[in-house]
Amino acid sequence: MNAHSPFDLDAATLVPTPDGVANLSRRRFLGVAAGALVLGVALPTGKARAQAEGAGAIAPKPGTRVPAFLEIRADGTVKLLSPFIEGGQGINTALAQIVGEELDVNPARFVVECAPPGPDYALVNGLRLTGGSFSTRSSYGAMRRLGATAREMLIRAAAAKLKVQDGELTTEDGKVVHAASGRSIGYGDLAGEALLLQPKDDVPLREPKTFRYIRQPVARLDVRDKSTGRAIYAIDQKVEGMLYAAVQHAAVLGTEPKALLNEADVKAMPGVHSVHRLPGAIAVAADTWWRARKAVEALKADWSAPAAQGVDTVSAEFSSETMLAALKASAEPGLPSETEGDADAAFAKAAKIIEADYDAPYLAHAQLEPPSSIARFNADGTLDLWVPNQMPELFQMIAGQTAGLTPDKVKIHSPLLGGFFGRHFMYGPANPFPQAILLAKATGRPVKVLWSREEEFLNDAVRPLSFSRFRAALDGAGNPTALEVRTVGEGPIGRWFGSIFKAPVDSSAVEGIVEKPYAIPNRKMAFAKLPHPVTIAFWRSVGHSMNDFFYESFLDEIADAGNKDPYAFRLALLKDKPRHLTLLKAVADLSGGWTRGPYEVDGVKRARGVAMASPFGSETATIAEASIEDGAARVHRLWIAIDPGSIVNPAIVKAQVESAAALGLSSALFEQVVYKDGVRQDRNYDSYKILARDHMPEVHVAIVESGAPMGGIGEPGLPGVPPAVANALAALTGERIRSLPIAKAKLSGA
Amino acid sequence: MYDVDVNGKVLKADAEPGTPLLWVLRDTLGMIGTKYGCGIAQCGACTVLIDGQATRSCQFPIEAVEQSKITTIEAITEDEVGRKVVEAWVAAQVPQCGYCQSGQVMAATALLKETPKPTDADISDAMSNLCRCGTYNAIAAAVRQAAA
Ligand code: FES
Ligand code: FES
Repeated sequence: MNAHSPFDLDAATLVPTPDGVANLSRRRFLGVAAGALVLGVALPTGKARAQAEGAGAIAPKPGTRVPAFLEIRADGTVKLLSPFIEGGQGINTALAQIVGEELDVNPARFVVECAPPGPDYALVNGLRLTGGSFSTRSSYGAMRRLGATAREMLIRAAAAKLKVQDGELTTEDGKVVHAASGRSIGYGDLAGEALLLQPKDDVPLREPKTFRYIRQPVARLDVRDKSTGRAIYAIDQKVEGMLYAAVQHAAVLGTEPKALLNEADVKAMPGVHSVHRLPGAIAVAADTWWRARKAVEALKADWSAPAAQGVDTVSAEFSSETMLAALKASAEPGLPSETEGDADAAFAKAAKIIEADYDAPYLAHAQLEPPSSIARFNADGTLDLWVPNQMPELFQMIAGQTAGLTPDKVKIHSPLLGGFFGRHFMYGPANPFPQAILLAKATGRPVKVLWSREEEFLNDAVRPLSFSRFRAALDGAGNPTALEVRTVGEGPIGRWFGSIFKAPVDSSAVEGIVEKPYAIPNRKMAFAKLPHPVTIAFWRSVGHSMNDFFYESFLDEIADAGNKDPYAFRLALLKDKPRHLTLLKAVADLSGGWTRGPYEVDGVKRARGVAMASPFGSETATIAEASIEDGAARVHRLWIAIDPGSIVNPAIVKAQVESAAALGLSSALFEQVVYKDGVRQDRNYDSYKILARDHMPEVHVAIVESGAPMGGIGEPGLPGVPPAVANALAALTGERIRSLPIAKAKLSGA
Repeated sequence: MYDVDVNGKVLKADAEPGTPLLWVLRDTLGMIGTKYGCGIAQCGACTVLIDGQATRSCQFPIEAVEQSKITTIEAITEDEVGRKVVEAWVAAQVPQCGYCQSGQVMAATALLKETPKPTDADISDAMSNLCRCGTYNAIAAAVRQAAA
């Protein structure tokens, strides 16, 4: 990273320390964060918890301390403190099913809330995060054991109360039952005593054959509230005495407001409390948000100038085009990301060689809830922060640094997310909470910062613009003997978690190109790093979101070059991969049998494309059916078979796969964040087009449970869609789309 | 100061002319079920009923609502059609993140009040609110169910 990267700018400007503003390097920033997160796992927090737990409280193993997770209430409901954040993926319901199964409480009586920061919740390989489609699969075992352990404690407490042996007792949906005497006690009446008992660490789990809740389409816990306007998101929070703040960010990222030009006029506007300069932004605090917004839009500043040119920073000449050209022109040899056999020798002997360049644009998350945060400094020296986030402990730490407090003085509240798709990780200048902290400090009042949709489109962290160059060798029979891929760019793991995940090749830049299941004997994949000057992000399915489009499209190009049907071609390349073969056949069956087309429906030609992906521990196979309407793509039906190994809730799985498919289609057809002259062009949904009802296809989902280790659900439905659509369009037009979105291409031939 | 007739109650709101009804509802009157998504009448998250018509409140200035009756999501189950819509939403398990759903439910209620037996084309026309979670098919299924 160069000295002018947005990250360093952010760190330098947003992190005041006791002796002023520290210029915190990225390494130190993440080094501190990572160290503390890992350390946090080993530290007990707070005396009260330690007492509740007894001797076992020292260095709790995440996911084991019952009182950290469960509050069994007198009315028979159970409050579960979740390590994860609900943002539509259904994790609250899934956790209630998993814990309820073993605890023996109907999930419908669970109330699930996001837990505060704490070492108990670091369930994703010692970290706590909601992302990577990790939630269910990372916590499934621990949450089952937690439920079973708590149930056993309740039984022991009941045995003491009833003066019987543990073995004489059973449970029945929230009650401990003594069958011999016909007596029973509700969990709520036992919880106080039970939670003081020493937990056993070898409580047996339920036999999966006897599951009543796991693997059932249990109704989501949040659906009624979300259908009646009662669900509360970050944007809906309000605290006593708070001011509302609106901001105007630098048009060019990295430039700074040097002076305010009409401060007095703006201060005189209705409801205005105060006017502020912030790192990379100007702000107005007022008594309502609308007044703050009107005022900040009227506020004028003198901004510093960006660099004249280049892609090291967002320069006055920076654009999506110049960035793509830089990626294409890179001469950096790069590092091997996957090597198998001898690709050079295979190319030397090839009967035919094909090559193609693929690219995909920057993308916005465009989650429907614009980001906001509330900061409140309390008289006791603590800070309350209501902040949409996917990593509470990391936010706590950075909030502390921003406020000049130790992390234990920062209370993080993690509200429901109005969509996230990767939006709410720590992204330096793309998070509003540091602004809320600085403004609360400056005004001496609690402050809620809300970004208008326009500010969000200007400042959201983006899926990186991406580029890969493909080359394949075919033998005389049209079979691929070698594949070479060169990927140039930068992934979000390298940018934001480089000090935790030290692998030389950033997996988030190459996933979807490496570790594909096809039997292509010689492979030579390389990754050359070229950092983006813009704030890059995790975006639903991350590297898979573009790389599977690249790879699976090029695979169809190889099939075409060898005169092979793309479905039969994949079957042949997967003949030693029974899991993939089963899935590919399952999606063909789901679609009524593979047919590529073109064929006619109501006098209009349609064709189908197929694609596979291996995202986040799951496998997917996708078929898309498309036609062309006035030179634009129209997708009629999607069939998706997903094998996540095993599942918790089939209804939630299907809904998430459909949701991910819709986002994948949206990205394939329409979406791109375009930079021109250093400035993002689209500032709202009128010009940043996302999938609306008129382009939503039928979606058919089949779940295949192979019994493989549990994979992810939230993201895997996405990556197969763009290539399946592009492959269908190629079958219709004979022309290959190698640059997204498809809307850029004038389609013909149908 | 404006008189705003919301869900059958006349409330006083202090706002400048031009202030969108959305922000009067949310920040002045504290009715936060109606959501802000875009502010430019593109997404429909802010949909309320004004005299029974689905209306995007982010582009509806406060001075224009005097004399009108506003219904928001907070009162949705007090309406017979609204109640049916909510039950259908729950039965079809429509929401994902849920952020767009207040607006979707309001739009569906307005549609079914006007057209109790909508065709698929009616549904397409009336249900134009955006959903970033892609719940469009579930929404259409729920509208059909509420109409049945
Ligand atoms: S907020 Fe009114 S239409 Fe989007
Ligand atoms: S349910 Fe998330 S935006 Fe519609």
